[in-house]
Amino acid sequence: MSKNAIKLLLVLLLAMALVVGCASQPAAEEPAAEEPAAEEPAAEEPAAEEPAAEEPAKQIRVGLITDTGGIDDKSFNQGTWEGVLAFAEEYDIEDDNVKYIQSESDADYIPNLSTFSDDELDLIVAPGFLFFDALTEVAALYPDQKYLLIDSVVEADNVASAVFAEHEGSFLVGIAAALKAQEAGEDTVAFLGGMDFDLIQRFEAGFEQGVWAVDPDMTVLVDYAGSFSDSQKGQTIASKFFDDGAYIVYHAAGGTGNGAIKEAKDRVQNGEDVWVIGVDKDQYEDGIYEGDKSVILTSMMKRVDVASYTVAEQVYNGEFNGGVLTFELSNNGVNIPDVNPNLKDEWVETIMEFKDKALAGEIEISMVPSRLE
Amino acid sequence: MARLKSMLLDESKYKITVPVIAILLSFLIATLVMILTGINPVGAFKALVRTMTGINMDQLFTDKMFNARYLGEFLTTALPITMTGIAVAFAFRTGLFNIGAEGQLMVGAMAASIVSILLELPMIIHLPLVVLSAAAAGAAWGFVPGFLKAKFNVHEVVVTIMMNYTALHLSNYVLKSLPGSDQVKTVKSLPSGTFQSDFLKALTNNSRFHWGFIVVILSLILFWFIIEKTSFGFELRSVGFNPHASRYAGMKVTRNMVLSMMISGAFAGIGGAMLSIGTFNYGRVLVGFENYGFDGIAVALLGGNTAVGVFLSGLLFGGLKSAQPLMQANKIPMEIAKIISSLIVLFVAMKYGFEMLLRYYAKKQLKEEEQ
Repeated sequence: MSKNAIKLLLVLLLAMALVVGCASQPAAEEPAAEEPAAEEPAAEEPAAEEPAAEEPAKQIRVGLITDTGGIDDKSFNQGTWEGVLAFAEEYDIEDDNVKYIQSESDADYIPNLSTFSDDELDLIVAPGFLFFDALTEVAALYPDQKYLLIDSVVEADNVASAVFAEHEGSFLVGIAAALKAQEAGEDTVAFLGGMDFDLIQRFEAGFEQGVWAVDPDMTVLVDYAGSFSDSQKGQTIASKFFDDGAYIVYHAAGGTGNGAIKEAKDRVQNGEDVWVIGVDKDQYEDGIYEGDKSVILTSMMKRVDVASYTVAEQVYNGEFNGGVLTFELSNNGVNIPDVNPNLKDEWVETIMEFKDKALAGEIEISMVPSRLE
Repeated sequence: MARLKSMLLDESKYKITVPVIAILLSFLIATLVMILTGINPVGAFKALVRTMTGINMDQLFTDKMFNARYLGEFLTTALPITMTGIAVAFAFRTGLFNIGAEGQLMVGAMAASIVSILLELPMIIHLPLVVLSAAAAGAAWGFVPGFLKAKFNVHEVVVTIMMNYTALHLSNYVLKSLPGSDQVKTVKSLPSGTFQSDFLKALTNNSRFHWGFIVVILSLILFWFIIEKTSFGFELRSVGFNPHASRYAGMKVTRNMVLSMMISGAFAGIGGAMLSIGTFNYGRVLVGFENYGFDGIAVALLGGNTAVGVFLSGLLFGGLKSAQPLMQANKIPMEIAKIISSLIVLFVAMKYGFEMLLRYYAKKQLKEEEQ
């Protein structure tokens, strides 16, 4: 054997030793991080084995599957995940017992749901109507698993379906949009939808009714992007809206809406005066362009985090019953944020007056936009 | 040891040694990346093993040790990218770079959906017809760049990239206008026109594994047969090596280029059928590209544009792709699997470098032996 081959071999061996050595070291140093990762049912064992130590919190395991928008979509997936995290914080759930899988494409929904189901997690959360087909199938295959579906209803005993009164929340931001536009002397606002079907149409319906409740002569432009994750398209449509004279754009388009926010930021930095209304969660942060000034006028908060928190809590307390849970104005399932730096106090008061009227049943908010009636 | 070394340095085996080195190096570097970022690499490999074999290493010797569903899903993921791999490899052999497998796959999926939804026929006629229509649609999509290349010398890369966008929007438009479609998908295909099988489903613990795998195997054999065993395949390869010499030798170069792109497109089109009547049983309105075509380029590249190579690398990339969810369940970022796949491509692309290195060692060894 030649000298060179031996040298080569030695280098390879060294490299291997390095890898193996490093791989085992962190395991020794941080047993806390490594060992529970093994998918033992950590929930049951520690409690039984170590009664002497300070009593560990009861554990349940919660998993979330995102749609293709990803966990940091600044919207739906993220909001639901924050609810899960808030629950984990409140009930001292260990880090390893809350996890998520991001779906690369819609081909992944069924396998991802099945993966968590095989691992027998205590609650599996699927945020979004896109999961309807996949969850219908998987929930039937795993009747003992508990699921939470947001925004759509699967009729099965082991599925809790959270639905929201989006038209009610959109009504409130519609009022805000009209008040702001009136102040600036503008007469056009716009609605950017993700995909054109009944759920998103509810946003549109509530928004235009809110706008027209303040000023029936105002124009509401409407367009749909056909996607919830195409921010470029969102930017293009928003740009068109603004060019057509829209003063405020309300987006109900998830990741697509981020494009609208970006367009507004660009325009404001170039001296224009335009606004965006956020959706699903308080998007004020996302609209910041300078210091703490944001293009986000206000946001229609769809408290998906309340939904995931509530259902996780139910599972924790053994009170999970499945069925349809409605989140609406009356239980704060939809609302505007508590703090609205870009809204005047008197506007907020006006909005709250309308809200009270809606709650009292004096105003009927339709779920169908006027263009379809 | 000496045998291993002589195998490594054997020039006739570079086709095998270089990809293997590339794969090993990629895993090595990905492991280093995981260690440097404080992630336990064991979890990633466990996820990979569980995806590709169905064996859960954390639950060895319990009743949960083996789950055939993972195996089924893994193979289901591998099917379409193996088909696009064949498509890209076939064009490569003729010296054409088919970047349009993505678009050909989309129109194939579209055609399969249309035929499987609209026609009512007995399965024995319906299913082959669905597959053939997918192939025909893909072939039509391959014809355009092939024709433009042969007649006007328009570069096929440019044309196929543009055809990808055309395919995306055309198939979305057509699928949405089928009766009963909504904004995101069509109605379900008729059972007689799909690959789906309750038998395979039961066999693999409710995965979505389907009969399409037989078509993939047949395609691999066909690919090998055309290229290696027919005079037509010989002409194709000859055009790939040197179009001018081939023309001088009396071969119909332009006709061969067009045919090669069409056959390549047909393979990719069948890949589309794997999705629309296999993994799913409805046509999907797509938001954007799903990168099946680009995965196909990687598969062909690693597989050295041969049938056996494409088969193996299709499995590897399918495994890496379907291991991502499990990695995430083990709290490993999905990007790790992507890093591994990208590194493999990178290293395979550096194959001349590796070959030079190996040759250098071989020469040196020869000298030492002479002394």
